[in-house]
Amino acid sequence: MFIDAHILSFAIWTPVIGGLLVLATGGDRYARQARWLSLAVSLATFVITVPLYLRFDAGTAAMQFGESRPWVEALDIHYSLGIDGISLPLILLTSFLTVLVVIAGWKVIEDRVAQYMAAFLIMEGFMIGVFSALDAILFYVFWEGMLIPMFLIIGIWGGANRIYASIKFFLYTLLGSLLMLVALIYLYNQSGGSFALADYHSLPLAMTPQILLFLAFFAAFAVKVPMFPVHTWLPDAHVEAPTGGSVILAAVMLKMGAYGFLRFNLPITPDASHALAGFMITLSLIAVIYIALVALVQEDMKKLIAYSSISHMGFVTLGFFIFNTQGMEGAIAQMISHGFVSGALFLCVGVLYDRLHSRRIADYGGVAHRMPVFASLLMLFAMANVGLPATSGFVGEFLVILGAFQASFWYALLAGTTLVLGAAYTLWMVKRVIFGKVANDGVASLSDATPREALVLGLLAVLVLGMGVWPAPLLETLHASVENLLALASASKL
Amino acid sequence: MNGLAGQLPNIGVALPEMFVFTMACVILLVDLYAVRRARFVPFVLTLLTLVGAAVLTLGEFGAEPVTAFNGMFVDDMLSDTVKLVIYALAFLVFLYSRDYALDRGLLRGEYLVLGLFGVLGMMVMASAGHFLTVYLGLELLALSQYTLVAFDRDSPQASEAAMKYFVLGALASGMLLYGMSMLYGATGSLDIATVRQAVVSIGSDNLILVFGLVFVVVGVAFKVGAAPFHMWIPDVYHGAPTSVTLYVGTAPKLAAFALIIRLLVGGLEDLSAYWSDMLIILAVLSMAIGNLSAIVQSNIKRMLAYSTIAHMGYFLLGILTATPNGYGASLFYVIVYGFMSLAGFGMVILLSHRGFEAERLEDFKGLNRRSRWQALVMLVIMFSMAGVPPTLGFFAKLSVIQALIEVGLVWLAVVAVLFAVVGAFYYLRVVKLMYFDEPGTKHEVTAGVDMRVALAANGLALVLLLPWVGAILDLCTEAVRALG
Repeated sequence: MFIDAHILSFAIWTPVIGGLLVLATGGDRYARQARWLSLAVSLATFVITVPLYLRFDAGTAAMQFGESRPWVEALDIHYSLGIDGISLPLILLTSFLTVLVVIAGWKVIEDRVAQYMAAFLIMEGFMIGVFSALDAILFYVFWEGMLIPMFLIIGIWGGANRIYASIKFFLYTLLGSLLMLVALIYLYNQSGGSFALADYHSLPLAMTPQILLFLAFFAAFAVKVPMFPVHTWLPDAHVEAPTGGSVILAAVMLKMGAYGFLRFNLPITPDASHALAGFMITLSLIAVIYIALVALVQEDMKKLIAYSSISHMGFVTLGFFIFNTQGMEGAIAQMISHGFVSGALFLCVGVLYDRLHSRRIADYGGVAHRMPVFASLLMLFAMANVGLPATSGFVGEFLVILGAFQASFWYALLAGTTLVLGAAYTLWMVKRVIFGKVANDGVASLSDATPREALVLGLLAVLVLGMGVWPAPLLETLHASVENLLALASASKL
Repeated sequence: MNGLAGQLPNIGVALPEMFVFTMACVILLVDLYAVRRARFVPFVLTLLTLVGAAVLTLGEFGAEPVTAFNGMFVDDMLSDTVKLVIYALAFLVFLYSRDYALDRGLLRGEYLVLGLFGVLGMMVMASAGHFLTVYLGLELLALSQYTLVAFDRDSPQASEAAMKYFVLGALASGMLLYGMSMLYGATGSLDIATVRQAVVSIGSDNLILVFGLVFVVVGVAFKVGAAPFHMWIPDVYHGAPTSVTLYVGTAPKLAAFALIIRLLVGGLEDLSAYWSDMLIILAVLSMAIGNLSAIVQSNIKRMLAYSTIAHMGYFLLGILTATPNGYGASLFYVIVYGFMSLAGFGMVILLSHRGFEAERLEDFKGLNRRSRWQALVMLVIMFSMAGVPPTLGFFAKLSVIQALIEVGLVWLAVVAVLFAVVGAFYYLRVVKLMYFDEPGTKHEVTAGVDMRVALAANGLALVLLLPWVGAILDLCTEAVRALG
């Protein structure tokens, strides 16, 4: 069937074209139609991505569901797509979360609804494109193209300081990405005229070019992850973005930076990766520890969760550069789990913000008295953020710390401090917000989660618990691809 | 024409030029007699002229290079491609300008005729096989442009702009001519093909040759608008009526490309070591001055003018690689730039109407609320100019950077990329004004349906043509290869 042969293309272009159709519904007079159409499109995209999992062959690391067509022959650019065990969970994460974001933004966004929904749908298409692109320029087009809808989302529907945040986000990311472009074109010339990523994996490179290429890719991906010290755009962007924007930003966009490390730095410049592993691990540990301390002193809930995200992503990059199976699988599991958990946490903050229009912890207290269902869900997600066993947060952290032990006792010890620090800032925040006496009239007037909010949070809760109790499906999907990637990352090119 | 081949010089190849010239004269006469009800006849005739010329050029497209008039006129794939793009751009320029020029009493027969003469000059430049033909086309274009800029007699800014343009342009033409005369002195001929061979035999250390080259590059740099010979651009773009800015900022860039290719590549390719270094300096200065100056502008026409200077810097990057890939990349860049510029200034015209010039950046405030679709079109245009995928502007920058890295100029590619980030800021600012700010004025967008549709198609083409980027790039590379 035509769809079968081009399922990835459908997954990418359905939301994009659907988003354009939503745009065509016009102004806010047709907001209802825009919302339902968006929901239909996002559900359709999710339904299209489900067969990717059902028909995935976890026994091989080869790219599956591949399709390739020449695009710009003069520059040897191909429209080639394919996924393996690493891209698949990320694509499913993207399509699932977009559905949730559409539902979550249902009543909250009243102004220019069609454009809001269209931006998310088009962004979803591009994000799936990033995860499935096998051609360097195609990857780049999707990577950069995603900046446009995100820039608009933050700038139009964001908070008070949104313009500063959105322009900072855009220019920061653009700079890193353009340096990556130069690196990709250099590789094109070195490989005798090919933009296919697979060709770069086997391309021999001397040490100095490898280090320069590594740094160029690092410029792009470290900004996206974000790693210390180029993380400063994230707290601004997260705080100022509307809830849906924060969810997608934290849950999916950050993972794209990590994905970039997996697809570019490790297999293309393996010797430089080993040589600079100490540097990367140091930056990761600084993120884990220092940023956790920064999170501890935050007064704004969203900023706290933003810093918590940076800290958790430090775990991810740590897992990549210790070069063993547990570290890598743990890091990727952490990526998926963090996608659910941080998405859920931002949605929870959104629920509170929609009611009291404040994100300050000091404005809350004793919320559990008025919103018991919501408080239980928030507690669950907070526990997942801490890494409590039986939640998804535990899987990744445990595997990464195990892997870190194999590399060095000290890495494991320093990484393990996250167990304490993460608990500190998360539980303290939750305690101040949910527990205790009802703090003020504002809190006294709170109403519990509406069915819509409960649905969204409930779905995420099921996934968080499910992945925590039974992570095997995810880990099995990853295994072959991770082994292959580790083999590429260990094969010296000198 | 074949039957007369033995008796007449082979003038059949210049049929498009002859057609345009004849029609320009016809329109001038028709305009004298065009009474009230027929007052749109000259305008429609102008558009038809361009269509007719396109048909004639397409008729001989892709054939082997042919020369005429003793080698002074060349018809090859490069000239055909450049001419077709010029027709398309000029057609849209006239279409967009109609309402605006009508409102200000500019749309008289002379306006159209001057525009057509300018097109004729561009066509002659594209087909030049001889230095004097180049100069002829160049001056025809330049004089038409000076007059067009000054067309609005009641506007002191326009008169000032025209004065500056004229004086500086005459100086630059003089430099170009002086350089040509030195090349003549060194090589003994003004015919481009002969000069090429002469340069090979003389060798590139000849001092007169190099001096001549320097003057030629200076003259060319002025016409292109490369820093530090860019001073006329902001003033002319700002002072001229926007419909004339539209004309000056789009099609002549194609002609400038043809100028560079015919002179520097067709004739002086052996001196590429010299002019390549000169162009590096011009390119870096253009990108720097253009991007940095645009940030502080509050007038959108001036901002776009400085951005033009920056774009010309990128365009020169392709040429300075001295490889066919680089020339093809530059042609692609200038074509994409022509359409981006057309759409950008077209938007400014769209927002202007009787008595109101939408010149300041604030006039774009809240456009997303006032007129959703035009804001979207402008968004696409701005991101395309910034070089952000998935627009055509990105592929233009990509192909130029690719050409640079191919010859090993990685440092220059990094510089270009860094300035692109700097440049992204002022394009983002326009998007910010449109989408993030509330409208300052209640001005409705009043413009004809045809213009709005054409402009929307123009802007969206920058994204929708994505699957055909390869085909366009192939065409450009093919066209340049014909120079061989």
